[in-house]
Amino acid sequence: MDIELVNNVLQAAVRTGTPLLLVALGETVAEKSGVLNLGQEGMLLVGAVMGFIVTLTTGSLMLGFMAAMLAGVLMSMLFGVLVLKLNANQYATGLALTIFGTGLSAFIGAGYVGQPVTGLEPIAIPLLSDIPIVGSALFNQDLMVYLSFVATAVLFWFFKSTRGGLIVKAVGESPDSANAIGLPVLPTRYLAVAFGGAMAGVAGGYLSLAYTPLWAENMSAGRGWIALALVVFASWRIERVMLGAYLFGLASILHLVAQGLGFSFSPNLLAMLPYVATILVLVMLSSNPARNKLYAPVSLGQPFFKST
Amino acid sequence: MHSDSRLEDRPVASAQDGLPMPSRLALRGITKQYPGCLANDRVDLDIKPGEIHALLGENGAGKSTLMKIIYGLVKPDQGQLYWRGSPMQIADPGHARSLGIGMVFQHFSLFETLSVTENIALALGTPAREMKALSQKIAEVSQKYGMTLNPDRLVHTLSIGERQRVEIVRCLVQDIKLLILDEPTSVLTPQEVETLFITLRQLAKEGCSILFISHKLNEVQALCDGATVLRGGSVSGNCNPQQETPASMARMMVGDDTPIATEYVKVAGGEPFLIVSGLSKTTHDPFGTNLKNIQLQVRSGEIVGVAGVAGNGQEELLAALSGEEPVADGSRIRLSDTAIGRLPPDQRRRLGVAFVPEERLGRGAVPSMSLRENGLLTGFLQGLVKKGMVQSDKTEAFARQIIERFKVKTAGTHSPAKSLSGGNLQKFIIGREILQNPKLLIAAHPTWGVDIGAAVAIHEALIQLRDQGAAILVVSEDIDELFQISDRICAICHGELSPLKATADTTIEQVGRWMAGDFVEDAA
Repeated sequence: MDIELVNNVLQAAVRTGTPLLLVALGETVAEKSGVLNLGQEGMLLVGAVMGFIVTLTTGSLMLGFMAAMLAGVLMSMLFGVLVLKLNANQYATGLALTIFGTGLSAFIGAGYVGQPVTGLEPIAIPLLSDIPIVGSALFNQDLMVYLSFVATAVLFWFFKSTRGGLIVKAVGESPDSANAIGLPVLPTRYLAVAFGGAMAGVAGGYLSLAYTPLWAENMSAGRGWIALALVVFASWRIERVMLGAYLFGLASILHLVAQGLGFSFSPNLLAMLPYVATILVLVMLSSNPARNKLYAPVSLGQPFFKST
Repeated sequence: MHSDSRLEDRPVASAQDGLPMPSRLALRGITKQYPGCLANDRVDLDIKPGEIHALLGENGAGKSTLMKIIYGLVKPDQGQLYWRGSPMQIADPGHARSLGIGMVFQHFSLFETLSVTENIALALGTPAREMKALSQKIAEVSQKYGMTLNPDRLVHTLSIGERQRVEIVRCLVQDIKLLILDEPTSVLTPQEVETLFITLRQLAKEGCSILFISHKLNEVQALCDGATVLRGGSVSGNCNPQQETPASMARMMVGDDTPIATEYVKVAGGEPFLIVSGLSKTTHDPFGTNLKNIQLQVRSGEIVGVAGVAGNGQEELLAALSGEEPVADGSRIRLSDTAIGRLPPDQRRRLGVAFVPEERLGRGAVPSMSLRENGLLTGFLQGLVKKGMVQSDKTEAFARQIIERFKVKTAGTHSPAKSLSGGNLQKFIIGREILQNPKLLIAAHPTWGVDIGAAVAIHEALIQLRDQGAAILVVSEDIDELFQISDRICAICHGELSPLKATADTTIEQVGRWMAGDFVEDAA
């Protein structure tokens, strides 16, 4: 394998991993507060279509990403009101959100399929992008990739050394205890869910405005689900979410690499790799309950009833 | 620490006599109605500065609601709260804390995956940059009140007693005027209780008022200067515990018609029936306890009690005995000569073992199923099923029999298990097992959260079963209960079992040492 190919593969792995990273970061925050939102796929798609339409009509990528984020937040708040205010079942509501988002995005985007926009261009950072092997993978990318680095760093710091991070963890571990010492359980959960929605929306925008600058029905192709698995894979730790996102990114492009190298293996089978990897990882993790018990947010998926 | 603020403890006119006396906290006519239940009915309460005041009452008497009102977790429908002489509406726990009211919960409000300092910082609202100073202060305060505590430890690595210290220290690092403790001794060894009392007396001497919620009368007598007794939501009496006997206070708690605990004759028992020899087991649960070389024999016709603070291996021992977690070497657990260690629960039941688990809803009974169906759940050996078909008339009769014999208060055999109160459901579950005439009954915390009347009924049923020749193993955290009903007693600590002694030949102090892991045989 020549060095050029390695460079290209790594760069593509990071690019492919970025939407996974964005979604998984948002969902990690929501899950740490105790809310499981299975609607990631729906929020991704609505974010993607809204971002695409706004950029197509205004010509501004910036406005497109803002619209994608807003769409994600609105979707997540629909979910938030249902599960936090009305105490609907989180699993069922999340699934419904995915189905709803898939349909809604197809409906809104019907007239926009196949139209072109100019996507986000890579910006090579001088000097850093010349580092051998990892240079172009990490520092010859578009703006959103750099922002995803920043988001990872900020969240890592948020959970490691801020009071806000402590509150999110506390609310997710034991909402009753948190309430008993006077922490705002529901507002914290709303914010965490909204943050998750914003990240999923932006990730959707990344798909339709940078990764493949076009809109196609159901273009997220299960990335929302992979991101959900990724959160478990990373055992709710930010640094591992990033690592895992790039590993899954790498797995997703292996079939392209294999084709490039002239393997005769069926590319369709290879394209299944990230999904197979997801299942394998989940099986491996669930076979070790001790690990999940130590790191998983205890109240995940359970509604909180405040006594009055 | 107890700097004087401008507030003073002024008198509040009492509803009855109007005698002026300085008051830290006064409640007048507090009423709280829940759907179908009047939790508090015109409750009056007075606590003086530096007083240790007991709030007595059975489960469901309204103690919890009342203290949640004081701490701002629940809003009363009617009535007025006076804080240091002035009318006050406590909006939320944060407001209560800012007034100097601290609370130690029965089921701790701690976060297991966070450190001691982080837990305390969360409650105090400490900004992240002041964490160092807070650690320092925690160390100082815990030192001052004789409660050793390492601020950097993660809470899930602490013992129950240490966790309680975290809760208390969390109150003490603030300027505290009133400390509320909800059943604080239920999770402690007798020695730990003594240490706690020393701390509380020191606090009271410094002027802090203490509201001590309990149903343990000896402790109230040892510690408190005043007491308010609740029954059925309203005040049934005020007294000075120093001038009362535990029996007279119990009367105030339960009313006139309920029988109070009696003494039971201790017996020697016959041949060993349940024989556990050298049972060791490694747990897969990171918060669990490994069992180490358990040796235990329960004879036919005797009750053996296992004392211990929760989380010392009771769950693991019970799971091994019931068959929920079978043991690799089957001969480690035997019934007379039959090795049962590898058998699943239903096969053990067929050999005459009955089991009353700790969790009533979820393990002992299926919450949404009717009492009839719940009777069938373990009573399937009593001819209730024929060729795979449920015999509905016999099932009905079995459930009816349990309800009548054990005086379970319920609308009928079709009521779902979750509609019963804790005590009634416990009577039903124990009754279900006892009516099957087991040769061995294993009961976990048989009277936990059950009122005095029901507890007496359950104890009597156990004694009766014993006298019919059954072997009975009772695991409980209530050491008084074990002394009352067990013929022989031991304790479990860190997964190890203490020596097993006749109850008459040991003392509460000795069992307390066993509970703390000190198994060294006394010279006496």
